[in-house]
Amino acid sequence: MKFFVYMMEFIIFPGFLFTATVGLLASWVDRKVTARIQYRMGPPWYQGFADIVKLLGKETLLPSGASKHFFLFAPLLGLAGVTLVSSFLWIANIDGNKSFVGDIVVALYLLTLPAISLILAGFASNNPVASIGSSREIKLVLSYELPFILAIVVPIIKSGGSISINGILSNQAANGMTASSLSGFIALLVGILCMQAKLGLVPFDISEAETELTGGPIIDYSGAPLAVFKLTKAMLLFTVPVFLIVVFMGGIAVSGISILWSTLKYVMLLVIIILIRNTNPRLRIDQALRFFWGPVTGLAVVAVVLALFGL
Amino acid sequence: MSLKVKALKKSLWVFHLSTASCNNCDIEILDLLTPRHDVERFGIVLVGSIKHADVLLVTGIVNKKCKPIVKKLYDQMPKPGFVVAVGTCSAGRGMFENTYMVDEHEPLDKVIPVDAYIPGCPPKPEAIIDGIVKLLKK
Ligand code: SF4
Repeated sequence: MKFFVYMMEFIIFPGFLFTATVGLLASWVDRKVTARIQYRMGPPWYQGFADIVKLLGKETLLPSGASKHFFLFAPLLGLAGVTLVSSFLWIANIDGNKSFVGDIVVALYLLTLPAISLILAGFASNNPVASIGSSREIKLVLSYELPFILAIVVPIIKSGGSISINGILSNQAANGMTASSLSGFIALLVGILCMQAKLGLVPFDISEAETELTGGPIIDYSGAPLAVFKLTKAMLLFTVPVFLIVVFMGGIAVSGISILWSTLKYVMLLVIIILIRNTNPRLRIDQALRFFWGPVTGLAVVAVVLALFGL
Repeated sequence: MSLKVKALKKSLWVFHLSTASCNNCDIEILDLLTPRHDVERFGIVLVGSIKHADVLLVTGIVNKKCKPIVKKLYDQMPKPGFVVAVGTCSAGRGMFENTYMVDEHEPLDKVIPVDAYIPGCPPKPEAIIDGIVKLLKK
């Protein structure tokens, strides 16, 4: 019975279906706002769903010389990762008792899975362009993970060294959200920058680079596996901001009027993402590395030090 | 109409292949993506990889050098997919009819099956949209 409930949670409510639906809607908001910024009409609201259904109905081509198993397995890895993180966050949000010690660390690890799946996909497809994309993705992961983890250390320090989502949430409920203190605010800024890279959006879409690498690691994918990649991306667009909301902005309430406030927090982060995406050119990989290991890591370290002094 | 076809009609991803064109048609195609014509309204986007595409948009004549490439690209496109010939060149070789680098009697539709022809030298963006709409009605 318990197993059944867990499966339901994983597949339907906070897990796969829910995240996918909201994620696809969020990706539509992204495209629509982008279009409005460029003074265009933009696609209709069901665009994300149409894309996915269409891709599922298409032929899957295996490139010659590709490693078949990795090629087909890679997209599922990313999808499983993002679904798990999403279920985790929501379950811990709804019922704090289900949270366990160290789940924030697990969530951090799982959030890297989509990037790893991209890397695997690129190397498995036996295509020089995809390999370049993958190697760029590796460098990008190396560059943004350091400041991202440092930023997450701040709320952990604030809540007295608790490494469970519940601990961080209840501390925020008692003392106000992490981002309302100086160190928390700086950490949130760092988190937003890293989020942009995690989502692979401009200016950090270096590994996909549509104009030069034409899709990078996923260049050789078609049909259902490509749909899984697109879906993973849309789901990340929902999950990563929710993660930031949980650790920095007091979490998501699911009762009464505070649902509106929670939605507002998410929309705010989404708009920030879209604005960054639309007002910046793409960086080169070495510039991104320098950016993340230089100023951003510096900021994150300052935030950690401030948090240690209790600011 | 099945869900699959419906979804396909709402989200056409286009791969633009310019064989030996004079680049005028290509410019008109880029016009389609500008705010004035904005084909993203219909879910049409330009993709960079033929493996992602539903529509192979061919401009320009298919000369001797391009022929194997066109064939290969068509084979690489995941089906179901369409081929649209934009411009008089790709439809019927246009002004390059009698040149030495074109095989006799070999316009695009002898090389690969073509689903829609959009004539004009170059066709207006409105004409291209019209052609796509006609293709979708089919
Ligand atoms: S149809 Fe006309 S405009 Fe188009 S490529 Fe041919 S010559 Fe150029």
